[in-house]
Amino acid sequence: MIITVASGKGGTGKTTIATSLALVIESRPLTFLDCDVETPNAHLFLHPEWQERREIGVLIPQVDAERCNGCGICAQVCQYHAIVVIGDKTLVFPELCHGCGSCTLNCPEQAITEELHPLGFLERGYSDETIRDGNFSFARGLLNVGEPMAVPVIRDLKNWQFSPETEIVIRDAPPGVSCPVVESMRGSDFILLVTEPTPFGLHDLKLAHQVVNELRIPAGVVINRDGIGDGDLDRYCQQADLPILLRIPMRREIAEALADGRPLVSVFPEYVPSFRNLYSEIHYLVQEAQR
Amino acid sequence: MKIAVTATQPNLTAPFEPRFGRCAYFILIDSQTKDWQAVTNPGLNSRGGAGTQAAQHIANLGVEAVVSGRFGPNAFAVLQAAGIRAYEAQGGTAETLLESFLAEKLNEVKAPTSPGLHSGRGR
Repeated sequence: MIITVASGKGGTGKTTIATSLALVIESRPLTFLDCDVETPNAHLFLHPEWQERREIGVLIPQVDAERCNGCGICAQVCQYHAIVVIGDKTLVFPELCHGCGSCTLNCPEQAITEELHPLGFLERGYSDETIRDGNFSFARGLLNVGEPMAVPVIRDLKNWQFSPETEIVIRDAPPGVSCPVVESMRGSDFILLVTEPTPFGLHDLKLAHQVVNELRIPAGVVINRDGIGDGDLDRYCQQADLPILLRIPMRREIAEALADGRPLVSVFPEYVPSFRNLYSEIHYLVQEAQR
Repeated sequence: MKIAVTATQPNLTAPFEPRFGRCAYFILIDSQTKDWQAVTNPGLNSRGGAGTQAAQHIANLGVEAVVSGRFGPNAFAVLQAAGIRAYEAQGGTAETLLESFLAEKLNEVKAPTSPGLHSGRGR
């Protein structure tokens, strides 16, 4: 089962919820994927020891000026306008290229070869003492600074599983509702939307909910910092038939523990039953949806 | 000489559009005859690479000089490769900008003047 933790609004507590959920689940093998490749932070709570590292990128075209006759077909087929042909000059813009290979495939002169344009890397390892049973693995992607395209890194991360028998995957998604979030959600069995009861939290939850509906994946809500803001979030969830699966109250001690890099359920064991219950609810909703 | 001015509407009197890659129209004007026509910009609704697409388009149309507000790095690289000279304006219409251009009152741009809406980087 693949559970993706997303939010819409940033800073609502995706990583707080994702890491604590992962820590209470007993099924193995379990894989935790930090898909927020621009600013991954789940490792601060799960303390993995990195064992493997792999550089990744997209294949961008290299034009052989000798062979190129400037026909311009590559520029016409490029959906991202990453190749421009001016007279007999063919210009390639690597930052615009998605590495789809259309230009290479369509070049009648076979003047295009591909070379790897590095985007970032993937890392994986096992987590700290409490869960070092060899079956709780952690992986993350890291986009190079200045690179605009997170999606290929997330896609490669998703395909970089530890073992094919993995029972449970928890994906910690980036904030927002743009392409990297859609890529993180795609293929999930359940999406847990973490939000807060403020107008911002609600506004962005509605956007995230639209994406989830578009992808036709069952979803539920965790209300973090409960007690602040107003009742509009509750009303929306009720109207939209979006189940509220867990509420975490606004408490200074929680914020202090998290700022210290300690997972919620480790510092406040009274939340362990709540998170176990959250997992059971998700399990139930996934089975319901599959019926 | 064929000149292009980035415009918000397909006429000579509407305000010009300061964004090169995302302008709605190019007003193409013959500097000798003053004949003009408006062409749509394929980059307007492009998901990415609007600047390169717009520049490729006017290069194909045989434009030799273009007047706009800002030029992103990718668009500028294409304009340079095509030998299209880029001129910078603050405001006006296609009509008034043509006059300023002919009176040599516009600054020629020698380097990109904008990071681009998407910073010239796709998204």
